[in-house]
Amino acid sequence: MLAALGPNHRHRQDHTMTERLKEINIEVFRYLPEHDDEPHFETYKVPFADNTSVLEGLQYIKDHLDGSLAFRWSCRMAICGSCGKMVNGAPQLSCRTFLRDYYPGKVRIEPLDHFPVERDLIVDQSDFLRKLEGIKPYLHSVKPRAIADGPHHQTPAELAEYEQFSQCINCLLCYAACPQYGLDNEFTGPGVLALLHRYNADSRDAAKAERMQVVNAEQGVWGCTLVGYCSEVCPKGVDPALAVNRNKICSTKDYFLRFLTPRGTRV
Amino acid sequence: MTRRKPYVRSMDRWWLRNSFFTRYMIREATSVFLGLYTIVLLIGLVALSLGEASYERWLATMAHPAFIGFHIVVLAAACYHTYTWFGVSPKAMPSVRIGNAPLTPALIIRGQYLALAIITLVVLVAVASGET
Repeated sequence: MLAALGPNHRHRQDHTMTERLKEINIEVFRYLPEHDDEPHFETYKVPFADNTSVLEGLQYIKDHLDGSLAFRWSCRMAICGSCGKMVNGAPQLSCRTFLRDYYPGKVRIEPLDHFPVERDLIVDQSDFLRKLEGIKPYLHSVKPRAIADGPHHQTPAELAEYEQFSQCINCLLCYAACPQYGLDNEFTGPGVLALLHRYNADSRDAAKAERMQVVNAEQGVWGCTLVGYCSEVCPKGVDPALAVNRNKICSTKDYFLRFLTPRGTRV
Repeated sequence: MTRRKPYVRSMDRWWLRNSFFTRYMIREATSVFLGLYTIVLLIGLVALSLGEASYERWLATMAHPAFIGFHIVVLAAACYHTYTWFGVSPKAMPSVRIGNAPLTPALIIRGQYLALAIITLVVLVAVASGET
């Protein structure tokens, strides 16, 4: 049983042979499109140690109890952003959420809220990816630089303007935390707007005017009502609500200053 | 042929699913009470402009237990509204730096309470000196 929980547990086996593993009930959202018209929940009894993550619990189910369970994961260390799930109603990376914190209660795992479910815990991310492409999430140089020009220096203050937003791992927890996106998925959403700000706030970038069209659009920053839960759930310390609401100020300036600035001037 | 059949979940009663969303909805709902209060205050101003008798009538209406109860509810709503909006206001501010250090959210929030305290004090002093 210990060996089934992965290499860490095998290593621990020598020291914990006498330790009895506890068991926890994991209730999993199941939806098999070839059979089901509606999703349902199935409960599995899963043994766990102190360091067993929710993701490892799902892997135990897939390996030992029901091989048909489908879910995404990759790195197991909170950097790839693949394993986001709703854990007892809250968006979490399942690799950094631990079963011990829910024991002796049960754990209820659902696919990330506000996205269409393809199968079991797998959601369709294509809307997010399309929006992400739309903001051109890369640096556009002010003018082409030759190698001889050397590195493009920034002051610590210039770096601080965008640094936290560059930590985004596209895990979509903020989308699952945003009721405005759930109610109307035309809204660009917190993650993409935070990444947009990451480039717009970068002193080396020259595509702000282009991205401001996304910010100013009906589906841009004005779709946000500052619920603020996106910033609470971000596993990388990004504050999407700050990025979105700071851009409401940029959008307002953009709107009014166009009457004052000569055509072609960058704001 | 595709076997895809994406399932879209309902958003029914979404504000009850998570206590964070419930608190958000309460925050938004408090603005209704503030709106009602401004209407009552506006009626008072109109009454004042219509003369002493009409203003006295408005004051007498305000002394009715139902209106006192209304004011208590509005005060509670205003306090919650202020507390929650002061809490999120650092997110709605442009990036401000003092020298090399950024203006921290805690400092912004404390600054607002300080401003509230000063304005309240000034108003109370003005009202008290007006009565004497």
